Amino acid sequence: MNKTEKNNLTIATAPVLALGRQTIFLIRELGKIAIFFVKSFMLIFSFPVQVFKTIEQVYFIGMKSVVVISLTGAFTGLVLGLQGYYTLVKFGAEGMLGAAVALSLIRELGPVLSAIMIIGRAGSAMAAEIGIMRISEQIDALETMDINPIRFLVSPRLAAALISFPLLTALFDVIGIFGGYLSGSVLLGIDSAIYFSKAESSVLMKDITGGFYKSLAFAIVVVTVCCFQGYYTHTRAEGFGAKGVSLSTTSAVVISCVVVLVVDYVMTSFLI
Amino acid sequence: MEQPLIQMVDVYKKFGDHHVLNGTNLSIFEGQVTTIIGKSGVGKSVLLKHLIGLVEPDSGEILFRGHLLSKMNKAERRALKRKSSYVFQGTALFDSITVFENIALPLQERTSLGKVQIATRVREKMDQLDLQEIDGKYPSQLSGGMKKRVALARALVTEPEIVLFDEPTTGLDPIRKNAVHRMISDYQKRFGFTGVVVSHEIPDIFYISQRVAMLEEGRILFEGSPEEIQQTPDPLVQDFIHGLEREHEKIAGIETQSQGEKRVKEEMARFQRHHTAFALIIFTVHNLDEINEKVGPTAGLTVIKNLVDKLQSLTRLTDTCYRFGLNKIILVLPNTDKEQARMLCEKLANQLKGEDILGTSPHPGFCFFISAGYVEGQQQMAYEELLLQAEAMHNKFYEFSVC
Repeated sequence: MNKTEKNNLTIATAPVLALGRQTIFLIRELGKIAIFFVKSFMLIFSFPVQVFKTIEQVYFIGMKSVVVISLTGAFTGLVLGLQGYYTLVKFGAEGMLGAAVALSLIRELGPVLSAIMIIGRAGSAMAAEIGIMRISEQIDALETMDINPIRFLVSPRLAAALISFPLLTALFDVIGIFGGYLSGSVLLGIDSAIYFSKAESSVLMKDITGGFYKSLAFAIVVVTVCCFQGYYTHTRAEGFGAKGVSLSTTSAVVISCVVVLVVDYVMTSFLI
Repeated sequence: MEQPLIQMVDVYKKFGDHHVLNGTNLSIFEGQVTTIIGKSGVGKSVLLKHLIGLVEPDSGEILFRGHLLSKMNKAERRALKRKSSYVFQGTALFDSITVFENIALPLQERTSLGKVQIATRVREKMDQLDLQEIDGKYPSQLSGGMKKRVALARALVTEPEIVLFDEPTTGLDPIRKNAVHRMISDYQKRFGFTGVVVSHEIPDIFYISQRVAMLEEGRILFEGSPEEIQQTPDPLVQDFIHGLEREHEKIAGIETQSQGEKRVKEEMARFQRHHTAFALIIFTVHNLDEINEKVGPTAGLTVIKNLVDKLQSLTRLTDTCYRFGLNKIILVLPNTDKEQARMLCEKLANQLKGEDILGTSPHPGFCFFISAGYVEGQQQMAYEELLLQAEAMHNKFYEFSVC
């Protein structure tokens, strides 16, 4: 084979090689994330159980998100009430507004929007905090002290998210339903008894458990992705130091938002 | 032969294309302080991290009490980690918790001690390191020196058997630096831990180390006692230690060993060509070890510096004096006979009578014993031979003590 033929072959195989490299990288990363999650989850139950650290994180992820979740829930409900009313009134079915608002919130919008709001408030902070600890050798220091960094940093956050996400989602749903009532009944005149009775009769237990499962799945996704991004900040090829932390935080937010939506679709297709 | 506590055998490590360790062999002995010296960025910290299994070698073996680290199970590795502490170059303090919580963390996480016991041990360590009244502060509110001491307190609070210090004194003022050296030395004597120190503080660090190893291009270029490293003829080692000494001793006003050697060789050349006589006097402080032990590791250096000061005030402009080894001073005297040299020694002894050359006394009635050896420059005699002659018993011509 002469030199020109060799060059042509290299040009022809380059895209295949690049695709292969990317695929291997992706699979390796997925494997790493899966192992990271399994370790974090198992270590929640390792003795002594980190009760106080978990409570601290429940306060940070859960309690401190109450205001933002309440506001988001209220305005989502309000806008659903408005949009729903003007759509349903065309078919003379405005009495079904309670059912429409309650179902869309409990099945979809509650878990998804809560997760996205928590990503913005707590997920980014997790990635940044762990990322800074990594670049300033604080994680190495934990290892030298024989303190498992995943157990110390990630497990309490995961446990706290598993507790906080369903509760925040429930809060979002309730406030959203009242938001829908405010715009649909108080502002646009639907009878409040009809609104609430339709909401109550249309929502089944499986809708509520479905939303609950989703919120648990999103808790796992958000904490795993955000902590993983921070924990491996030092391995980023594109940036080191402060730049690495900023890239990790950005990736944590973007990736967890996308994965939340993907997981939502997959779960909905099984739950429906 | 004594079995090393930790042994690196032919260790290779590279990051990307950069070979950091290139067949490194090193032995760390139990109960000793070993100092690793070498240029910045040569891989000293990476070597340190290999010693307790924080970084895995690409090839080669690390043995702990003769057992392969790579063959150790998880429990054995954890046990090794629990026995050791690491003081990071950049302190690596947890910046979102207070100083007290930082020092208490290893005890909270690794031991079953109660709150009161933990608080007692933390306070004790804080007192020893002069860290009172900062327990509630955060690391970002502290100066660089204080952060170093907090990191040191955190490493020592668990009373470890092996302590790895990664440049513990970088960025400290001379007083704090001496305090840290004294503390490492005191603790090592009190608890008998094995210390591995990465440091650039030459010659100060020699006074607290039993062994010194120099890392160059991924290999250990020299391994031996502080006295041996100062005598080794290897030009790379000499350039490195004298390069650092030069800066250090320039401040103290002492000629460095290499400058002194150059000066003697010039006198020797002049003697060969013009037959101009010259003599060497080697002053030896015999109980410097005792001083170091009783007062602190840097006390010996203070004595040597004060002696040099005194000598410089008594000698002529053409005379040169320089530190040689840890407890010796060499005086180069052109055109001087034995009688003149004796008179100089007498003058020195008289002037030092009752003088406080240490600034503090280890105990009442303590004396420094100083002897002087004399040799005249001779034809066809090499520098090393000249020094040996000056140190020989039969050439010892004056002895005195400073009380």
